[in-house]
Amino acid sequence: MELLVASAVGILTAAGIYLILRRRSFPVILGLSLITYAVNVFLFATGRLATGAPPILNKYQEVAYTDPLPQALVLTAIVISFGMTAVVVMIALGAYLSSRDDRTAMPVEPEGAGDDA
Amino acid sequence: MIDHLLIAPVVLPALVAPFIIMAVRHHLDLQRIFSLASVVLLAAISLTLAAQTLDGTVKVYELGDWPAPFGIVLVLDRLSAMMIVLTSLLALPVLLYAIGSGWDTRGANFHALFQFQLMGIMGAFLTGDAFNLFVFFEVLLIASYGLMIHSGGTRRFQAGVQYVVFNLLGSTLFLFALGTLYSVTGTLNMADLAVKVAQIPAEDTALLRVGAVMLLLVFAIKASLLPLHFWLPSAYANAPMPVAALFAIMTKVGAYSILRIYTLVFGPEVEATAGLTEAWLMPAALLTLGAGAIGVLGSNKLGRLAAFGAIASMGTLLIAISLFTPSAAAAALYYLVHSTLAAALLFLVADLVMERQGPWIQAQLPMPQTGLISALFFAAAIALAGMPPLSGFLGKLLVLDATRGVDLAAWIWAVILAGSLITIIGMARAGSLLFWKGHGLPPRDTDTSEEPPLEDLAARPAQLPFAACFGLLGGLVALTVFAGPATRYAEATAAQLYAPTAYIETVLGRHAE
Repeated sequence: MELLVASAVGILTAAGIYLILRRRSFPVILGLSLITYAVNVFLFATGRLATGAPPILNKYQEVAYTDPLPQALVLTAIVISFGMTAVVVMIALGAYLSSRDDRTAMPVEPEGAGDDA
Repeated sequence: MIDHLLIAPVVLPALVAPFIIMAVRHHLDLQRIFSLASVVLLAAISLTLAAQTLDGTVKVYELGDWPAPFGIVLVLDRLSAMMIVLTSLLALPVLLYAIGSGWDTRGANFHALFQFQLMGIMGAFLTGDAFNLFVFFEVLLIASYGLMIHSGGTRRFQAGVQYVVFNLLGSTLFLFALGTLYSVTGTLNMADLAVKVAQIPAEDTALLRVGAVMLLLVFAIKASLLPLHFWLPSAYANAPMPVAALFAIMTKVGAYSILRIYTLVFGPEVEATAGLTEAWLMPAALLTLGAGAIGVLGSNKLGRLAAFGAIASMGTLLIAISLFTPSAAAAALYYLVHSTLAAALLFLVADLVMERQGPWIQAQLPMPQTGLISALFFAAAIALAGMPPLSGFLGKLLVLDATRGVDLAAWIWAVILAGSLITIIGMARAGSLLFWKGHGLPPRDTDTSEEPPLEDLAARPAQLPFAACFGLLGGLVALTVFAGPATRYAEATAAQLYAPTAYIETVLGRHAE
């Protein structure tokens, strides 16, 4: 299972970085989403991988348990990345609709042109 | 009995912002009143809290009364107190400027976003938990995304996309770093991390070192350290200038985090991470200063000029921080206050010029109130370049003085002095183009479309923006006049930073007594 999780994190991150380097807003946003998935899985694994174990300590006997804290961290990270994705989609839409261009690199403006900062 | 005042700097803007959105959305005057009242109250609270830490006490606020390291804690020591005071004292003139210049009417929800931004910054300075630091980073970033694209415009949106994408990647790296640290130490409370990191055997620290370096990279992105500074020039230059003035404190959040984590958790005496940062943080800081100074010289737009000025000042600040000695940290803290105020002043003056002449640095006809504005530009330029008589000179002197006996001292002196010179030349070039060359031009044709707003400005010189600029300038002058007490405060703060035992014991020891 370690191999599966580790390779999933690696592949998601690699694909995400590739997409971000495409420098067009839609692939960039997809790439960001993939990387946030990767980091969520990674965070989940930081409490060590344990299957079928409850996230609580048993005070009567020594029972295997899984660390509950990374699950809380992942929940927070999911909520934040969800909100952030919404924000970046809106801003990228604004940029696309006002310039009719979805490249994330900014064009060079001629000197002295326009007052629009 | 817990003193609830400690959480007030986070809660107050967090309550005012939704109130502004929900209750007074359609009343601009009420929004302004509530926003101003909140900032004034915030300044009062911060000063009260700072007064409580003057004798070196560390105060802890346990959220939900959960003891550390199980719950999240807010910690107030001299450094945090200094930073929240600086934030609230910066926010006041910036908000006054935004109101006076009418920037807050050029888009929706300026005041609510401004309050959320303050909430995030205050929280980042106060928290004693690494994951909570991440959350407050996100709060201040998501508010800054909204402020950055305030009032719209094609280039502002395009710069906004770059800014958001870069910072989202930074946030992801932050999570990777935190996950790595958690998997090694099993905790994310900063004081507890300090205890656990010191206990880890030296041969078992590979993952810990990876985590430490990744965390430093995240803070370096925020602090715009070369080569991770690429987001800053276009973001700050295309943001509304009052917003960029508030952002002057955001790069300092990165500097603060480096100072906090790399004295408390990965301090100089921790063997596991010894030598990790010294090797390349200093050269990168020197390059940052160089790149900022050359950028100032090469800027053709006022916004970029101010942004590169901010990068140059971050370079000087990071040089002082990366020496990692108490005397250098004291110099860094003095320079931090100075550079925040100076950069904010330069952004506001840049806006005064841009409102009248547009964003380009080129010879144009004299603008309304040209004498006053050029005087302010002159003051801001010598402050940011670090010339006497303003506090930037003293700050740079303190930094240079702190390099005594350091291997790279010759390099540091050369780069700081040459950087100052190039910055001065760049500022002088921009200032003479903007304020002098225009007098020789032939008068403008009468049929240009720019005439009405110019006449409007000449007829009704808004006083509030000038009051805000002079307020910031007054802060710089006060920092110069009271340099003695200010440096003593910075020295005591640095001494407390490099003796973290009291901090750790106060955070972890409350319930062990």
